[in-house]
Amino acid sequence: MTPAVRIENLDMRFSTDRGEVHALSGIDLSIEPGAFVSLIGPSGCGKSTLLRCIGNLATPTSGRVQVGGRTAHEARLAHHYGIAFQQAGLLEWRSVQRNVELPLELHGVGKRERAERAAHLLELVGLADFARMRPSELSGGMQQRVAIARSLAEEPPLLLMDEPFGALDEMTRERMQAELLAIRERTGTTVVFVTHSIAEAVFLSTQVVVMSARPGRIVRIVDVDLPSRDEDAREHPQFFAGITAVREALRGRTSAALHGDDR
Amino acid sequence: MTELLATARASADAPVPGRPAGRLVTGLRRTGMALIGVVVLLVVWELYRAFGPVAGVEIGGQRVLPRADPRSMPGVLEVLRTLTQQEVQVQGSRTVAEAVLASSWGTLRMAVGGWLLGGLVGIALAVAMQRFRLVERGLLPYVVLSQTVPVIAIAPLVAGWGGRLQLTPTLAWQPWMSVVVISAYLAFCPVALGMLRGLHATTDISRELFTSFAATQRQTLIRLRVPASLPFLVPALRLAAAQAVVGAIVAEISTGTRGGIGRLILEYAQQATSAPGRLYAAILGAALLGLLASALVSLLDVLVLRRGGQR
Repeated sequence: MTPAVRIENLDMRFSTDRGEVHALSGIDLSIEPGAFVSLIGPSGCGKSTLLRCIGNLATPTSGRVQVGGRTAHEARLAHHYGIAFQQAGLLEWRSVQRNVELPLELHGVGKRERAERAAHLLELVGLADFARMRPSELSGGMQQRVAIARSLAEEPPLLLMDEPFGALDEMTRERMQAELLAIRERTGTTVVFVTHSIAEAVFLSTQVVVMSARPGRIVRIVDVDLPSRDEDAREHPQFFAGITAVREALRGRTSAALHGDDR
Repeated sequence: MTELLATARASADAPVPGRPAGRLVTGLRRTGMALIGVVVLLVVWELYRAFGPVAGVEIGGQRVLPRADPRSMPGVLEVLRTLTQQEVQVQGSRTVAEAVLASSWGTLRMAVGGWLLGGLVGIALAVAMQRFRLVERGLLPYVVLSQTVPVIAIAPLVAGWGGRLQLTPTLAWQPWMSVVVISAYLAFCPVALGMLRGLHATTDISRELFTSFAATQRQTLIRLRVPASLPFLVPALRLAAAQAVVGAIVAEISTGTRGGIGRLILEYAQQATSAPGRLYAAILGAALLGLLASALVSLLDVLVLRRGGQR
C-alpha cells in the first residue's frame, strides 16, 4: 500500500539576517493512509515547516517528500489535500457558504454542486444556519469550523492542520476535537496535525511524532492505542500512558540538548 | 444650539450606525453641518464688508486684510445678482449663470474623461506592479515623481504632441483630448498607489491558502487581491476625482482650450474691475463642479458597498 505521506532524509535550512538556521534535519517519516498523526515539539522545532513541506508551501533544502505516491508539488496541483491554519483565514467579503465554496469555485465545480457540497459541509460542522452570514459575525470557534469545512470541501484524502484549535478556549477546543474525530470517522481521511498540546495530540492521534528543536529532528514516534475516542477516553489509563510517553520523549530530548549546550 | 446638541446626542445613541436609517441620519447631519459652515463663511464675509476698514489693514506696508470695498469684495447678493445678468449686452445673449453652468458641464465631462482614463491607467499600473516585482521597482518611484512635475509644464507638451496626431483619417486630435489626458495625468497617481497598496493588503494565510488550492495567478488576482484592494481603491478614486477636476481646470487654462470653467475663470478675472461679481460666480461654478464630482464617487462607494454586502 502506498503510504499517504512519505518523507525521506528531509533537510531544511533558512538563511536569515542572523545567519543560517537549520530548521529540519534528517527527517524520515512514513504515514499510513487513514492515520491521524500529530507533530509535537517545542516552538522552533520546525513542526509547522514540516507540515508546509508536505503541503508544498515550503520547499525542503534536500530530501524527498511524497504525498499519495506523487511529489508534493504534483499532489498540491492535484488538490490532494485540504489545509487549515491556526487562524481561520476566511475572506471577509464572502459569506460563510461562499468561503466554503471557494476551493470548489477555483477548480471549476458548477454552482449547484458547490451549493450542495457547502450545505452538506456546514451541516457537518454544525453551522447550517449560518451559511449566509459574514465571517465577522461569527465567533472564533465558529470561524475555525468554517475553515475546517472549507478544508474538507474537495473530500481530500489528506488533511493538513496547523494548530487549528490553538486560538480557542479549552471548552470550545475539546468540542472541536470531538467534532474533528467524528468527521474523520465519516470521511476516513488521513490527518497530519501540528499542535503543542500533549493532551490534544494523544487524544486525537494514532501516532504522535515528537520533535526537538535546533535542528528540528524526530525524537520518537509514540503509538497511541485508545480503546475509544469519546469523552471517556480522556480518563482512560491508556490516555495517561500516552501522555507520559510523549512527555518523557519531549523532556528526554530537551535535557540532552541542554547538556549538549554545556560543552 | 440645544436642538443641535440633542440631535447629535440622539444619533450618538443610535444602535447601529451601519443600518440604512442610521446612515441616512448621519448623512443628513453631515450635509447640515457643511451647509452651516458655508453660511458662517458668508456671514463673516458680509460682516467684514460692512464693518471692515475700507483701505484694508496693512502691517509694515504689507496688506494682510483686504479692502472692504465692493470692487475687492463683492457682496453675496451682488454675486447672485450677477448670475442673472447677460454676459454681453446683446439681445439674446446668455446670462452669466448659463455661461457658468455650461462651462462647468464642459469641464465636468473632460474631468470625468480624465478620471476614467487615469483610473484605468492607475489600476493597470498597480496590477502590473503587483504582478512583477521588477516593474514595481522600476516604475513606482516615477509614479510618485510624476506628480512633482507641474501641470503647466506638461500641458503645452501634451497639446503640442496631440496636435500632430491624426487619430483616424476623419478624426484629428481635439483640444479637449489634451485636457482629458492632462487631467488623467493627475488622476492616475492616487489610483495606482492606492490600488497597489490594496493588492498587497492580503494576509499570509490567505495567500498560502490560494497556493494550497493551486490557484492560478489570475484567480488569485480576481478572487483575492482585487476584492481585498477595494477598501483602498474607493478612497483613491475619490482623491483622483478631485485631482481630475483640478487637472482639467488647469489644463484648460494652460492649453487655452475653450468651453470649460477654467477658461471662464480666466475671462471673468480679466473683467474683475468692471464686473467683480463674475469671477466669484465662476468660482462658485468650479466649487459646485468639485462637489458634483465627489458626489459621483460617493455613489460609486455606495454601489461597491452594496455589491460587497450581497456577496
